[in-house]
Amino acid sequence: MSQKVLLSSKEINIILHRLACQLLENHTDFKDTALIGMQPRGIFLADRLKKILIEEYGVKKIDLGFLDITFYRDDFRRSDKPLEASSTNMDFLVENKKVVLIDDVLYTGRSIRAALTAIQSFGRPAEIELLVLIDRRFSRHLPIQPNYRGRQVDAINEEKVKVHWIENEGEDTIYLVNK
Amino acid sequence: MAELSVKHLLGIKYLNEADIDLIFETADHFKEVINRSIKKVPSLRDITIANIFFENSTRTKLSFELAEKRLSADVINFSAGQSSVKKGETLIDTVNNILSMKVDMVVMRHPNPGAGIFLSKHVNASIVNAGDGAHEHPTQALLDSYSIREKLGDVAGKKVVIVGDILHSRVALSNIFALKLQGAEVKVCGPHTLIPKHIETLGVEVENNLLKALNWCDVANMLRIQNERMEISYFPTTREYTQQYGLNKKILDSLDKEIVVMHPGPINRGVEITSDVADSKQSIILNQVENGVAIRMAVIYLLASKIK
Repeated sequence: MSQKVLLSSKEINIILHRLACQLLENHTDFKDTALIGMQPRGIFLADRLKKILIEEYGVKKIDLGFLDITFYRDDFRRSDKPLEASSTNMDFLVENKKVVLIDDVLYTGRSIRAALTAIQSFGRPAEIELLVLIDRRFSRHLPIQPNYRGRQVDAINEEKVKVHWIENEGEDTIYLVNK
Repeated sequence: MAELSVKHLLGIKYLNEADIDLIFETADHFKEVINRSIKKVPSLRDITIANIFFENSTRTKLSFELAEKRLSADVINFSAGQSSVKKGETLIDTVNNILSMKVDMVVMRHPNPGAGIFLSKHVNASIVNAGDGAHEHPTQALLDSYSIREKLGDVAGKKVVIVGDILHSRVALSNIFALKLQGAEVKVCGPHTLIPKHIETLGVEVENNLLKALNWCDVANMLRIQNERMEISYFPTTREYTQQYGLNKKILDSLDKEIVVMHPGPINRGVEITSDVADSKQSIILNQVENGVAIRMAVIYLLASKIK
């Protein structure tokens, strides 16, 4: 197994600020917007963006929820490994809100498909956007594209994109791992 | 993630501690789901479940059916009273006929102990025991422990007394297995005639005095007298039973500490428990019912994930 650094801590920081500014451009005061981090890996990115928007760009209040999509996946009984659920933490309804789904890596698009179904359990959003840190090009199984992307990469199927966060792994780094 | 060590849920006896932990963790997620405004997930869209009840049930049947529907499974219901069983069909024939309609899982209640185990050896489907005679009622014991864990934080180290008709109770046996497996201390309390001989071999103590048992415990699980399973008289009169083993507000208030009161239902108000106790804030009877749906969703989900 070999791995190379795709993005360093400094590069990630610049990208996070750019993504925050792009969100700001479209959502201004975030009054009718809900950021939703996808479990288990998108929650760190969502948390970080909320922090930057509040601390550095003076946004007063942002609704942030965490959504687990395990029970909505289409590979139940088809994957070799049992699916492990994480907790959903949504203390608001998304009825008529502008929802931004947030995940670290966009690969086949199946998780996002599941999230689009899952989100309906919390109301009918006015619109749904997608923000991802890493967009793996040419690997989609479904017609799903992000509205905001940190970095687009061409990775072959044998490779895996691994995102490390200070909160979880003790460093902000993104690796391309050759399995 | 871990998976269940069993293909069927026939009794708590066949589970290990990790299985119970996994069921509880999964139930936590489902409890969140059933408290949403839209209480349904699409996980089991391609699973069909038959609920086969050879014995009456209200709570358990509704709870299973609701759990199955909230997981988006297709559900068929069968009650022995209105079926060909009355015409002399055997259990295996009945179930195989149902299975040939492409059913993946069978939830069964049956008056004979071991009916689920028997079935699991002869038919090709996941079997969930929803009560087999006076043997086991595993989902009830799981939801009871889950409710204790929710109320008191943990089951390990807690003192639980099961009061009443232990002899005829599948709830008692499953609860004893489940509580012991999780490290709780268990006593059973009731008249001599309703306590099975040699029950101490399961690691429980017998206490015939209700007040002593209540003073000892953190949780009291009050059971119903199962008149339908009694062919002889086990105590002189219901009135005398109530005087000796009925839980009322006066006894509850006389204890030094606030204990948790449980009941698996159906309640015979005024016999094993008075209304003011059943409806008091110490009672978690309705929480048990709510948790029953989450627990059954977890059990069905975990067993369904093993169907290939």
